[in-house]
Amino acid sequence: MAQSTTRLPTHQKTPPISKAGVADDEPIDPGGDGDQWWLMKDDLQCLIDSLWAAGYQVIGPKVESAAIVYAEIRDQNELPKGWTEEQSPGKYRLKRRDDDHLFGFNVGPHSWKSYLFPPHAVVATADRTPQGWQMRDADDPEKPFAFLGVRACELAAMAVQDRTFIHDHYIDPIYAARRQTAMIIAVNCTQAASTCFCTSMNTGPRCLTGFDLALTEVDQGFTIEIGSSRGRQIIGGVPVRPLSHDQVDQAEVARSHATAEMTKRLDTTDIRNLLLENLDHPRWADVGNRCLSCTNCTMVCPTCFCHSVTDVSDLSGDHVDRVRQWDSCFNSNFSYMNGGLVRGDTRSRYRQWLTHKLASWIDQFDTSGCVGCGRCITWCPVGIDLTEEVAAIREDVR
Amino acid sequence: MNTKPRLAVFKFASCDGCQLSLLSLEDELLAIADKVDVVHFLEATSRVEEGPYDVSLIEGSITTAADQERIRHIRANSKFLVTIGACATSGGIQALKNWSNKDEFLSIVYAKPEYIETLATSTAISDHVRVDFELRGCPINKYQLLEVLQAFLAGRMPRTPNHCVCLDCKRKGNVCVMVVSATACLGPVTQSGCGALCPSYDRPCYGCFGPSTQPNLISLSNQFQRDGMSPERVIQSLRSFNGYATEFRAESDRIESQIDASEVTVDE
Repeated sequence: MAQSTTRLPTHQKTPPISKAGVADDEPIDPGGDGDQWWLMKDDLQCLIDSLWAAGYQVIGPKVESAAIVYAEIRDQNELPKGWTEEQSPGKYRLKRRDDDHLFGFNVGPHSWKSYLFPPHAVVATADRTPQGWQMRDADDPEKPFAFLGVRACELAAMAVQDRTFIHDHYIDPIYAARRQTAMIIAVNCTQAASTCFCTSMNTGPRCLTGFDLALTEVDQGFTIEIGSSRGRQIIGGVPVRPLSHDQVDQAEVARSHATAEMTKRLDTTDIRNLLLENLDHPRWADVGNRCLSCTNCTMVCPTCFCHSVTDVSDLSGDHVDRVRQWDSCFNSNFSYMNGGLVRGDTRSRYRQWLTHKLASWIDQFDTSGCVGCGRCITWCPVGIDLTEEVAAIREDVR
Repeated sequence: MNTKPRLAVFKFASCDGCQLSLLSLEDELLAIADKVDVVHFLEATSRVEEGPYDVSLIEGSITTAADQERIRHIRANSKFLVTIGACATSGGIQALKNWSNKDEFLSIVYAKPEYIETLATSTAISDHVRVDFELRGCPINKYQLLEVLQAFLAGRMPRTPNHCVCLDCKRKGNVCVMVVSATACLGPVTQSGCGALCPSYDRPCYGCFGPSTQPNLISLSNQFQRDGMSPERVIQSLRSFNGYATEFRAESDRIESQIDASEVTVDE
């Protein structure tokens, strides 16, 4: 498999795997192939049940409003069994598969960002009392999440957001708590949408790190890789079996389809300087004429983290919620500073987004802000494709 | 002596729905009544007092010469004048008359058109007097109205975001109807305020809150046409509750002039 060796530096959030950690009474045969196991298709329900029993709320893919979204999953029949999708710039269509695969699709309009960095959160409250204003951190009532069906590009996206919310000067308590407790059950892609370009960003399609368990789906069941002691613990209650060589081969073949099907490319050679040295390129005005500045690309992007914070009082003025909401560099008011708008037209806002994502993000966080998931391409109502915008500038500079 | 701010509500050409939003604030109504003195609100009370008013809420558009006079009088008697709703802010659905022949309509609709006194146009309040704040929507969002009143009482600017509906859709986790079904949705060019109501039920946005800040109408209407919508239908979708708002009007007029130009070409 043509997996690149240079990968996004990812945050090791779980302790290294140790076989010594396996209890004697766990129904795992230590004679399995490495740290990989086999799960029959219908026994996925046992994994879902074990997660709920362990106190997790399981979030996974589900067909809703003509797309595959992420929502609460209690029954494996809620998964998009036999569904796939076709994606292209500005277009997403659900399609029937000719098999019963549960994860036979790529990423949809939602990302796990909605759970780790919620779109709307009360971050603090204040009450007027006879002793003066009492400020409090808001409680986060969520119980731990188990994310079922996380793709390689999404693991990479979490690692990118970790740098913003956990590894920067300030730690975001909501993100940190949710991230730390979240169980990550990855699923390897076995196909690629026309909008996927994770191979260009070195983020996939194979899940290599940052998961508790990683599944590869084949016709009869799943191969399971264990990525952490927490992952090992949870499958303690699941009827997994040792892998056969045939199953290992089947999974390898299935995964190879994702790489083979990937057609989109983003040439990242010296991309930082390419963009930052061409801030006056006419292509920015061209894309500015097409761009709706509607914020959709930034909302679906699994690494975009912009938000605004406002204090909202009740009618009495005695109680105030400090509310954080997703915001976007495509909103004109987002660049409002003393005296006016810093980025007063769509051209400058698109340029800000793309140069941050692909160039200055590297200066800021030592990684690209793009993981190659292609969401911004599919979910742009007018089908703007960032890889084409970069290619146009690169072509011209050549 | 009563020192509470004096609130007045006035109606022009409109359906009353926006005024009703004030009464629909059932949970907050007593608190509001505690903070302001409602001295003119015909839909709610027979108490009618003359100005001056501290804050006047204006519903409806200007469609008669008498109303042109009345709004000037109200402005002169109001410290703070707020328009509520699409009619008052952009002329409303009745501004469709601005693209048609008034006299033809009168002769078709009314048995005795000579009894009707009306202007040729339906126009926004701001075309006639200075407006301190425009609250969008058809109808307005009652919580945004509450925010405007709160802001007025606190002496600050109201927080009514001017971004487009798409942001609300995405915050809610709605799936984009344009992308999954090529449905012509005005969300990308329409100001937030409704909480992305229609797209939350898999329907397109109809533009009830009028144009968002710097909307890219040309790119969106090009996309509608790439998705198979006829230019005539694009014009219809833009000419609705806020059809006479500057940006929506400019785009529907632009497409119309293109159609006219192409018809001339065909004729030749």
